[in-house]
Amino acid sequence: MSAADARIVAVTMPKWGLSMQLGKVTSWIVAEGDSVAIGDDLADIETEKITGTLEASDAGTVRRIVARAGEDVPVSGTIALIAPAEVGEAELDAAVAEARAVIDAGVPADAEGGPEMLAAEVGGRKISYAGAGQDGDVVLLIHGFGGDKNSWLFLQEPLAARHRVYALDLPGHGASAKDVGDHADGDQARVLADAVAGVLDAVGTGRVHLVGHSMGGAVALAVAARDPARIASLTLIAPTGFGPEINVGYLRGFADAQTRREVRPVAGQIFADESLVTRQMVDDLLAYKRLDGVDEALHALLDMLLDGDAQRGDGLAALAAIGGAIPVSVVWGTEDRVIPAAQASAATGAIRYLVDGAGHMPHMERPGEVQAAIEETIARSR
Amino acid sequence: MARNITYREALNEALTQEMERDPSVIVMGEDNAGGEGAPGEQDAWGGVLGVTKGLYHRFPGRVLDTPISESAFIGAAIGAATAGMRPVAELMFVDFMGVCFDQIYNQAAKFRYMFGGKAVTPVVIRTMYGAGLRAAAQHSQCLYPLFTHIPGLKVVLPATPYDAKGLLIQAIRDNDPVMFFEHKALYDLAGPVPEESYALPFGEANVVREGSDVTVVTLGRMVHVSLSAASSLAAEGVECEVIDLRTTSPLDEDTVLESVEGTGRLVVVDEAHPRCSIATDISALVAQKAFGALRAPIEMVTAPHTPVPFSNALEDLYIPDAQRVANAVKTVTGWTR
Repeated sequence: MSAADARIVAVTMPKWGLSMQLGKVTSWIVAEGDSVAIGDDLADIETEKITGTLEASDAGTVRRIVARAGEDVPVSGTIALIAPAEVGEAELDAAVAEARAVIDAGVPADAEGGPEMLAAEVGGRKISYAGAGQDGDVVLLIHGFGGDKNSWLFLQEPLAARHRVYALDLPGHGASAKDVGDHADGDQARVLADAVAGVLDAVGTGRVHLVGHSMGGAVALAVAARDPARIASLTLIAPTGFGPEINVGYLRGFADAQTRREVRPVAGQIFADESLVTRQMVDDLLAYKRLDGVDEALHALLDMLLDGDAQRGDGLAALAAIGGAIPVSVVWGTEDRVIPAAQASAATGAIRYLVDGAGHMPHMERPGEVQAAIEETIARSR
Repeated sequence: MARNITYREALNEALTQEMERDPSVIVMGEDNAGGEGAPGEQDAWGGVLGVTKGLYHRFPGRVLDTPISESAFIGAAIGAATAGMRPVAELMFVDFMGVCFDQIYNQAAKFRYMFGGKAVTPVVIRTMYGAGLRAAAQHSQCLYPLFTHIPGLKVVLPATPYDAKGLLIQAIRDNDPVMFFEHKALYDLAGPVPEESYALPFGEANVVREGSDVTVVTLGRMVHVSLSAASSLAAEGVECEVIDLRTTSPLDEDTVLESVEGTGRLVVVDEAHPRCSIATDISALVAQKAFGALRAPIEMVTAPHTPVPFSNALEDLYIPDAQRVANAVKTVTGWTR
């Protein structure tokens, strides 16, 4: 876009996830001539790992669609042009030609592989985490039960534009050690909180913004309650521990599933729209579940999360202990089928964000809205 | 965390991790160490194509070089398995099965049954198969159909580095005799493999590509040939569902039948000879249990009913290629009554 008119705004292929280098526009939701507002759906995009919808980050008129449906485009390649009516056709054609050259060239040989992969040793366990972004506040993303740092694939890079953003694998998950402690009461919770504290030690000084999803929300809250001076803000996405009700069929089904046939329907329950579950996602879950030690870890974590068919956690007590010392937000999908969104109302003193139409994974289903909630929460700490 | 390593490295890693985890795991075979006591010991080969390289020094006393006597060392491995060890024996080329077959099919395969379930035989016999290395008739055969025929043996044919590691770990932990087939032409294939240990269950086929027009059931090296055909066919608008059986015994019938019920068409791609093969076995299964779903006769793509030729040109013609698979797919999609 070097010589192009500054009034021409490029819509580019997003980077969703650590390893993404190419994405494919599977279908365009907008057409040339449409006017779009910020947050409008532009196109469905598919990567090796996942399918998602690209939202507009600029308003204006779509003047040119550059990438054809079905075509592979390198990350950050221009796929469409937004420009006001005054911009002439010739200028647009020149910008399209420049963008086409990038798409046709494919992935550059020196393409960076995404966030840096790091590891810390905490209590004899290897804890894997990824860092992205250079400047600004430090943000740590904590995934939920059965997830890993890739759960944040739609958020880590966008947040990294303004912050230094880390995402870790909790013990028992991803590339971290699989041992989560023995089944003695409270041991697993301590092991998870220690892992987060260990990563905070490893990434240095200063206060950190924690973002936790589901079980990771309870972990974030426990870390904040233990060492409040270290935490600048908390964004809790559908956290556990805010009420007794939880979908035990999902939790036990996920822990017990052994085959692709068993994993797929279980995985579908975490989204409002089950079609978001791709074959690759099911394969990745299965590959994770088959690692030595994962089965034991997931069942040990179930013991921590559940008392019979109800939640065991005491997130509300931890929230009360923090007592408004730092900004706390609670984000919940209205269609959450794992933990009901009604539990958001128990979060006294927290600002509540309800994400319309999202299930238990609003950070994957409506990443733009979740990012806005995180940015607002970070801003409130200043 | 996953990183790209070769099929050969994945197998070596599976052996290393299982030997570390379980002291009863031992490795034995011809040149697995490289010749104990011989001057060349320091740069031992680690098997004829290098799969066991490095194990001899890492696990002293647990990597045994054997005489060139398959009947003796395969028998010794089976005996050790019944006595509490978990031996991984290397039958260099499956073509040599003839000299040790009694130990496998009439001894190891029978113990669990003949001793009323009181005996287990946790032995793994790793072996190389397949054409493509200009090794001619006595070093290029497939022969896995012969073992699949025999109750009491499990038969495994990984197609990717990921599957090679997970299936070999499962084979070692399994309490039954396992024939583990490695295609010579796959050793340098690289792919993502987790550093951690993991076991892939037997009897679970892998749908390596989804499609709605034709089911292509295949295994081993032919998975890659079939995928290559499927991607060129997709450009012509024909969508193949490619199923990698991964194990022929036990066999995942459900995945095959469910797929054919969706597509109504079946092509089986098997590098073995056409008679009494996996191709005929899968064809019979579908003809018997999903006949009503079929919209065209089943096509089989196999090697011909001849020994593997020594001539390069003839060997190239002998091995099923993507063009033959694509032609078979077009035959079933174009079939009219």
